[in-house]
Amino acid sequence: MSLALLIDFGSTFTKILAVDLAAEEIVAYAQSCTTVETNITVGLLRALDLLPSSIKEGPFECKLACSSAAGGLRMVAIGLIPELSAEAARRTALGAGAKVVRTYSFRLSAKELAELEELSPDILLLAGGTDGGNHEVIIENARKLSTSRILCPIVIAGNKAAVDEVNDILFAAGKNTLIADNVMPEVNVLNVEPTREMIRKVFIERIVEAKGLKKAEDFVEGILMPTPTAVLRAAVLLSRGTASGKGFGDLALIDIGGATTDVHSIGAGAPLQAGVVQKGLPEPLAKRTVEGDLGIRYNAAFILNLCGQERIVKNAHLPHPDLAQKLQNFSKNVGFLPQCEEDQDLDFALAASAAQAAMERHAGAIEALWGPQGQFYIQRGKDLTGMEHLIGTGGIFIHNPRASAILQKTLFSPEEPFSLRPKNPALYTDSGYCLFAVGLLADRFPELALRVAKKYLKNWN
Amino acid sequence: MTGKKEKKTVVLGVLGVDAHVVGNKIMAHALEREGFKVVNIGTFSSPEDFIRAAIETDADAMLVGSLCGHGELECRGFRQKCIEAGLGHIHRVVGGNLVVGKQTWEEVEKRFFEMGFNRVYPPGVSPKKVVEDLKKDLKEQ
Repeated sequence: MSLALLIDFGSTFTKILAVDLAAEEIVAYAQSCTTVETNITVGLLRALDLLPSSIKEGPFECKLACSSAAGGLRMVAIGLIPELSAEAARRTALGAGAKVVRTYSFRLSAKELAELEELSPDILLLAGGTDGGNHEVIIENARKLSTSRILCPIVIAGNKAAVDEVNDILFAAGKNTLIADNVMPEVNVLNVEPTREMIRKVFIERIVEAKGLKKAEDFVEGILMPTPTAVLRAAVLLSRGTASGKGFGDLALIDIGGATTDVHSIGAGAPLQAGVVQKGLPEPLAKRTVEGDLGIRYNAAFILNLCGQERIVKNAHLPHPDLAQKLQNFSKNVGFLPQCEEDQDLDFALAASAAQAAMERHAGAIEALWGPQGQFYIQRGKDLTGMEHLIGTGGIFIHNPRASAILQKTLFSPEEPFSLRPKNPALYTDSGYCLFAVGLLADRFPELALRVAKKYLKNWN
Repeated sequence: MTGKKEKKTVVLGVLGVDAHVVGNKIMAHALEREGFKVVNIGTFSSPEDFIRAAIETDADAMLVGSLCGHGELECRGFRQKCIEAGLGHIHRVVGGNLVVGKQTWEEVEKRFFEMGFNRVYPPGVSPKKVVEDLKKDLKEQ
């Protein structure tokens, strides 16, 4: 038996999957609480211990890991104009699997600089100016950063005519810098891939150690990427396929977690209706949005504030007279797994509400405008109405018997016709909880990874 | 010296709820052929879209097209918004079917000069004329 061991150091749980590479099957799954505050390997060993003895002995063809432990990859994005280079930088960081804790634009103020020091991100992405465009602001921001207490790696991805000077300023001040291609070389042109790759490199080389995860590398070959990147890679693989394996085509994926709810969409998302004009910064083909306020454990109480009691009750099937108290308990006890029918129903209603809100934010929208020639429609963001596949992943989709109904709640609604959410996609859930593992395997064994992903997708249609 | 530009940069677009795209494409082509770096933000552009693009690209001029006859309404406050955004100095050009109804060109031109445009063109102006003027105006700056 040729085995691969795939590990996700999650914010709440460390999950281990063992895949038989010859049979292309998941042969074991185990999880234990992540122990990053003390020693990451403790939780890992506990989870390993739960594997059947025939498997935990190995040998393993490969042992690969991803991580969103210790707060995930926390990034700050800086650009010039909020809707242009700052937004391009933000989207690039999101696509690299980061949690973007703040985005700044224009010249940094002393107050912002102090806030930035306080935030203490893992990586700072410094953009601004198209190639040959504005160079003063990125250079001035570099001067300000050079005087700050910021110690994290700074990825410079702005106006190419300014990056050398920016680098010299920061380097002279002892900052840790890397230069990538401009994230927005021209107005409304996104160039995210080179910077995403560089962020991944920084993650492997520096962040893993900085976050106290390095000890785990005595056991695994490497913590290769943040967990959301692994999931995004799995989504791209499923969508685009491989040399010999056909992909699904355009798809959307919802990843509901304890700390965040992520939505990924793979596809151009161009307008599908005649007469609609797309405006704004173009969307990356593989787009990820992360909602740090919609995790169904850490943010359970907040979701009630955001979505309102009415929506949660509407999504539930049973009465929940002590709704607020119960959700408070979810927030306090983030490792909570529902045992009774009532808690399971509440968990479902909470997940459905979070997923609805996350999809609303991810999907594009249409605005109707009146001009002298009549009515016009402007689209901002992606049109997902034509998406033929929608996938759900996360613990809730395994443990809850009505999992597919969560996905249904996120679909297009005639009551909100301008929100371009998927209309009639085939619904799938990640029944093996294996998409992170598929993303980890995708580089080395793409064909096998695609087949495993398809095998463990449960089709609800 | 950082930021020395090889070409003059102009932001080109059609202002307001206006779908007229043909003249915009012709103008972009004419400018590019004459060596300008054209940042074409296309139709349905707001004054803010022009300003954002001009700051990000360090543009030398803005070429505002308005074909639907609502130019006067749409251009109101354009200069003030530019000044507010630190672009008070930028060379501003406007042209197209700026107004409807019977008005003399002199009146229309005067009104748009007063709104802060450096050049105002009537309907049917040749792209060549606009490009020549622009070259001259930017050289003088």
